[in-house]
Formats: sequence, C-alpha cells, structure tokens
Amino acid sequence: MSGLFAALSSGLSWIGAIIDPLCGPAGVFRWFASETLLACGDAGWGDEIAYGFLVTASLAVATLPVGLVIGFFIALAKQSEEKSLRLAANIYTTIFRGLPELLTLFIVYYGLQILVQQFLATVGYDGAVEINAFVAGMIALGVVFSAYCSEVLLSAFKAIPHGQYEAGDALGLHRGKTMRLIILPQLIRVALPGLGNLWMALLKDTALVSVIGLPDILRQTGIAARVTKHAFEFFGVACVLFLVLAMISSIVFSALERSTKRAETRR
Amino acid sequence: MSIAETMIPPQAPPPAPPRPYTFSRFFGSVALGIWLALGVGIFLTVVNGWDPEKFSRYAPNFLSGLGVTLTLVTASILMGAVVSLPVALGRMSKNRLWGWLAYAYVYFFRGTPLITQLFLIYYGLGSFRPQLETVGLWWFFRDAWNCALFTFTLNTAAYQAEILRGAIESVPRGQREGAAALGLPDRIAFFKVILPQAMIVALRPYGNEIILMIKGSAIVAIVTVFDLMGETRRAFSRTFDYQMYIWAAILYLLMVELLRNVWGWLEARLTRHLKR
Repeated sequence: MSGLFAALSSGLSWIGAIIDPLCGPAGVFRWFASETLLACGDAGWGDEIAYGFLVTASLAVATLPVGLVIGFFIALAKQSEEKSLRLAANIYTTIFRGLPELLTLFIVYYGLQILVQQFLATVGYDGAVEINAFVAGMIALGVVFSAYCSEVLLSAFKAIPHGQYEAGDALGLHRGKTMRLIILPQLIRVALPGLGNLWMALLKDTALVSVIGLPDILRQTGIAARVTKHAFEFFGVACVLFLVLAMISSIVFSALERSTKRAETRR
Repeated sequence: MSIAETMIPPQAPPPAPPRPYTFSRFFGSVALGIWLALGVGIFLTVVNGWDPEKFSRYAPNFLSGLGVTLTLVTASILMGAVVSLPVALGRMSKNRLWGWLAYAYVYFFRGTPLITQLFLIYYGLGSFRPQLETVGLWWFFRDAWNCALFTFTLNTAAYQAEILRGAIESVPRGQREGAAALGLPDRIAFFKVILPQAMIVALRPYGNEIILMIKGSAIVAIVTVFDLMGETRRAFSRTFDYQMYIWAAILYLLMVELLRNVWGWLEARLTRHLKR
C-alpha cells in the first residue's frame, strides 16, 4: 500500500515538474532568469519559490471545496424554519467573520495541538504532537471562507423565487432532487460574482499560513530575502506571483460567468 | 329569516398542533448543544486557569495593545480616506495616463496580500538604506510602526478609492444635469449634490472596510509592533497559556460587533428619509 502511494506521489511530482510554470522545462525562471538569483536548481532560489507557488495554489484549491460545502450547509441552516438551527448558524458566522484570520489560524493551530495532545494523553500516549501546518491552514481558512460564503449563498437563495421550489414539487421531484436540478444551477449563476470575490480573499489569506511555518510563496521568498539580503527584490517577486494568481483567477471566473450566463443571453 | 340576537361569545383559539420533531430540529439542538458545550468549556478553562498574578501582569499589556490597534486602524483609515480621493478621481478621469496609473495602483494593492505589502515595505525598503538616508527618510522607515501605518494607509486607500468610485458612479446622471441646469458650478455640484448622495451608498462598504482593517491589522504583530495580537503572542510565548488567545478573540469580537452595531444604527439614522 505504501509502495502504491510512493509510486503515485513520484508520478505526480514528475507531472508537476513537467508542467511547472516557473522552473519546469518551459518555466519562466529557467528561460529568463537563469543568470540571476531566481535561477532554478542550486544556483538560485527559483525552484524553492516555485515550490512555494505550488503550495500556495494547492492550499487555496484544497480549501475551496471545504469552505463551499460548509458554507452551503450554513446557508441552508440560516434559512431554515427551525429557530435553534438559525441561531447556531448565526453564532458561527458572527464568530468567524469577526475574528482576524491570523488569530483564527493560531487558535486552530495551537488549539488543535492541545486537543489532540489531551486526547492522546487519555488514551495513554505521552509525546509531543505536531499538527500539520497545511491541515491547520486548510481548516482555519476553510472555516473563515465558509462563514463569508454562507452570507453570499444566503442572499443568492433569496434571489430565487419561491415558485421554483413549487415547480419542483409540482413535477414530483423530492427535495434533494429539486435542490440539485432546479435550485443549484440558478444559485451558482447568482452567487458566482460574490464567490469570485471570496476566492480572491482566500488566495490572499493563504499568505498568512507562512506564519505557522508552511513553505508557501511568502515564507520561501522570506527565507531567500534573509539569506541573500535582497529583500525588496524577493518580496517584489512574491507580490508579482500573487498578482499572477489573481489574474489567472479573474480570467477563470469571467469565463465561468460567461458560461453560466449562456442561458440568459439566448432568451 | 333568522336574525342573530346575541353575539357569539368569544372563544379560545384551537390548540396549536404539536410541533413535529423534524431532522432540522434535531440538528439545531445538536448544533446549539455544541456551541453551549464550547462556551461552557471556554468559561471553565478561563475560571480554572484564573491566575490573579497573571491577570495583573498581562491585562495592562492587553489594554495597551488594544490602544495600539485602535490607533493604527483609525489613523490609517483617516489618512487612507485622504489618499483615496485623488486615486478615485484618477480612476474616473478621462485622461488615459491618470486612469491607467490609478488602475495599476488599485490593482496592485487589492491583488496582493496585505502581509506581503507590509514585508515589501518593512524588510524590502531596508535594502535601500543608503538612498533613503540621503533623502532623509530613513528615520521614518526604520520604525516598524511607521511602516505598518504607511502600508495600511496605502492599502486602505486603494480599497476606499474603489468604494468612492462605485458610490459616485451610482449617483444617477440626472442629478448632475439637474445641478448644471440650476447653474451650480461643478465644484459645488460635486460637494453639495453628488457627494452626499454617494456617501449614503458608500456607508456600508466603508463600515466593512473598517472591519477588514481591524482584522487585517493583526498582522503587524509579525513585524514586531505590539498591537493586541502582538501582546497576545508575547504573553502566550511567556506563559504557554492558551487563555491568552481566548482573551484576544473576545476583545476582537467585541470591537467588530460594537462597530457593526454602531454602523447599523448610523445607517438606519442617516437613511431615514429614504424609508417608504
């Protein structure tokens, strides 16, 4: 089993090395920065920064589905007829929208560590436990994302007329199917601009995870800056990389918006 | 034909049907139970770990950290408002160059994380020390507090410029034409007709921006400014007491909720005349 995982991960890293936009065979750093501090390999910091780029992008991509799913259920809870469910969901959003992301991250990182340690101590294991920074970042950012996401989805739910649910009932669809076939496609269309903004915020918040030691763009460029004493250049590179991520996402989101609007323009 | 001689005596309404025990009710009770357990757990940790000595030692630090956070946010929001005015005007100007410059400024500061900008200015400008010394600005950028204030001002100016632009453009054209028809000069029309209407639209986004700044200001702790977060980190690193983070969380939540409620009241008050 571990052999399978090793083979999988080495295969994935091979594919990653091929399509790596910074240090791959067709990478920007390899072609345009081979004589500078950003050279790939041992000569420069290109490959370290490329790894950080990958970590940042994968953290954001891994957090997105978690946040979306939690946010969807929180939004459902908020428009439920049950008072206690609404109250619980409102407490959730109040807390996680009010706390600074950095504080949420620390609370999750150290809090989880303490909780797991206490749990293991009751089981009988006394050792230092260290939570994976990636997982802690994913949980903290996912929770914050879901709190904002629930608000966006809630307002999108309100934009869908009640007749749509009634039409689903009239067609004899049960509730899950009405949601999946009738409500969700319209919901995505309405909520997409708001979700795009949230995705940008998430992308920027991933930079905070460098504080708890995850080797993302900011941490890698920070190490390079400290070692080489070229702080301005390296943090400038970090800014440019974040800008590139933002540009790619805005292109993707405008394409998505166009594809969800197809039905509207034809009318 | 019969005529009712007496009125039907008032009767009690029929008893409400028993509420069915649904799934959502079950989930709601469970979720509320979890929150209650968490709240009680936090309360118990605070009570059990209560140490008067620790409190008297760190409470003043927390208060001074709170003061630093509030000062930083207030100063950067106010200065950012001043900087945002020319940027917003640049974004709306017909001049290509100004429009492009303002767009690039806004895109840079909104597209990159605040923490990266802070590092770029605090650590990055350190490598230009000789040049800055010749210009005579080194004393300013040497200090982490000044760098934080500078970065936050530039950052919030970009966001506020977009808020301002959106709000000004949301004022219908007819308002401007009406002012022109009354013979008002452009300046007076802008300050007396356009801006007041734009500010009502901008009120809510401004509140959100202040809240974002309060939350974002926590990152100055990383560049050695002892704001609320910085004091929390210092206290935690000395005591390894998880309570410190709970206290910080409560203080931040209080700040944000207070501001949100005040802002809601302000908005309701200022938009009285728009109520139908």
